Amino acid sequence: MSELTAAPRTGGDAPAHDPPDADLTIVPSRHPWRRVATAVVAVLAAMAVNALVTNPAWDWPTVGQYLFAPSIVRAVLLTLQLTVLGIVVGFLLGTVLAVMRLSANPLLRSVSWTYIWIFRSVPLILQLLFWYNLALLYRSISFGIPFGPAFFEIGTMDLVSPLTAAVLGLALHQAAYAAEVVRSGFLGVDQGQLEAAAALGIPQWRRFRRIQLPQAMRTIVPTAANELIGLVKGTSVVYIMALSELFYQVQVIYTRTGRVIPMLLVAAVWYLVLTTVLSIGQFYVERYYAKGALRTLPPTPLQRLRATIGGLRARVAS
Amino acid sequence: MVELRGVHKSFGALEVLRGIDLTVRAGEVTVLLGPSGSGKSTLLRAINHLEKVDRGFVRVDGELIGYRRAGRKLHELPERRILAQRSRIGFVFQNFNLFPHLTVLENVTEAPVSAQGRDRAEVRAAGLALLDRVGLTDFAGQYPRRLSGGQQQRVAIARALALRPALLLFDEPTSALDPELVGEVLDVMRDLARSGTTMVVVTHEIGFAREAADTVVFLDEGRIVEQGPPAQVLDDPREARTRAFLSAVLH
Repeated sequence: MSELTAAPRTGGDAPAHDPPDADLTIVPSRHPWRRVATAVVAVLAAMAVNALVTNPAWDWPTVGQYLFAPSIVRAVLLTLQLTVLGIVVGFLLGTVLAVMRLSANPLLRSVSWTYIWIFRSVPLILQLLFWYNLALLYRSISFGIPFGPAFFEIGTMDLVSPLTAAVLGLALHQAAYAAEVVRSGFLGVDQGQLEAAAALGIPQWRRFRRIQLPQAMRTIVPTAANELIGLVKGTSVVYIMALSELFYQVQVIYTRTGRVIPMLLVAAVWYLVLTTVLSIGQFYVERYYAKGALRTLPPTPLQRLRATIGGLRARVAS
Repeated sequence: MVELRGVHKSFGALEVLRGIDLTVRAGEVTVLLGPSGSGKSTLLRAINHLEKVDRGFVRVDGELIGYRRAGRKLHELPERRILAQRSRIGFVFQNFNLFPHLTVLENVTEAPVSAQGRDRAEVRAAGLALLDRVGLTDFAGQYPRRLSGGQQQRVAIARALALRPALLLFDEPTSALDPELVGEVLDVMRDLARSGTTMVVVTHEIGFAREAADTVVFLDEGRIVEQGPPAQVLDDPREARTRAFLSAVLH
């Protein structure tokens, strides 16, 4: 005890009653408001669950009946197909656009800029209708030498089916956003990394793939996952082209049966499942690209679960 | 070994190098000294064409760096050829610039495999031997961020050596280090100097220059002010500017 500590004046508590320093116990400060907040949120959550389960208008039995109906499962597969094609083609083209935008060539830069400007500015639904009606603009499409003779010609109607139009629309729109996502990733890579690679004489393509891309991916992945999840739900706008993806299909069923709410729930449940799977995937992809960037990787949920179970067992055993 | 003739370089309106002539003989250690902004780092970077020069040329082992001569014209070489030339010149950066997503061993083995097309197993064995030489065998499987600054710089030296370079360039290799870590990096460099590696070193470590350098070159405002053996330039400088710089650094 230092001399600065004043002895308590009230009562006769002599310092002799204080326990020795080694025996002091720590009492964490209490948070009464935290407990109140917990109680309020718990009640609200219970109310929400109750409202979902007990109101017969949600019609859960019908939801269960249609959730795995063959037409719905086929529609989910089409939604998945549109998403995968849209994101793959979108990001491939987006990467090309990003590289063009970062290039030293002013023509490539401005072409890329213009593409992004147009495809980000026009609403997706409008773009989809353009592609759907491409035959009105160009009756046939010919392949050959630019401004020269054509080798063969195809009717636009035969080349651009509604599915192709949908994929084209989604992918070209996605590419504009993907380009900016990829570009931001590359801008985030330290200039010194490229210099070191150049000084070591590592060939250009290898430098891109082995040094630049893996480091850029750390910034790209979270935003790209955002885009991907956005696209899963974004595919629902192609219902205007009468493609039987998930949203269109539930509409077909409820206009026939009149059970609007349960069918919307069916769609909601499937979208939820798809994005959940993607979010889990995102976690592992991010973890993979965190190699070397973090001193220790965070444990996966599975590892955390195992650690918790292990801890509980140890406590039970002792 | 290294020959610079009439090298000029400007960044916009700022002329950083104003006619540099310098010769470095094989097996010698040359230390470049000078106040910040004197152009010594730019000079070093010009040697392996990380910085393109505006006028003059650089030769390493008799070969023009970055250019091909045709009559009275110098044509810039295609990127592929320049990369091949660079892979024979080791470069060690102030900020290490190790690849954070590759392990220590992968950092060392990447360029010999991808730039020189050497056999993976042979490069791996050579890489482990180099890590042993800089005293870091135990860290081969670690990622660079787990290492101290001094250890990282030693990995960077091993990475440069893995290319079996004819020439090693060091750009202020100890300036980003905590004072107690400078010694371990200088030890490795002294060891290299003794083994007869040709080195050009930009540094503020006067002690290292005195001990390991064959030639000390003092630069100021983009020109070589004086050069000679360390005993002469460091202990008995002829030029007033050299004296002023040395007294500022040493006191």
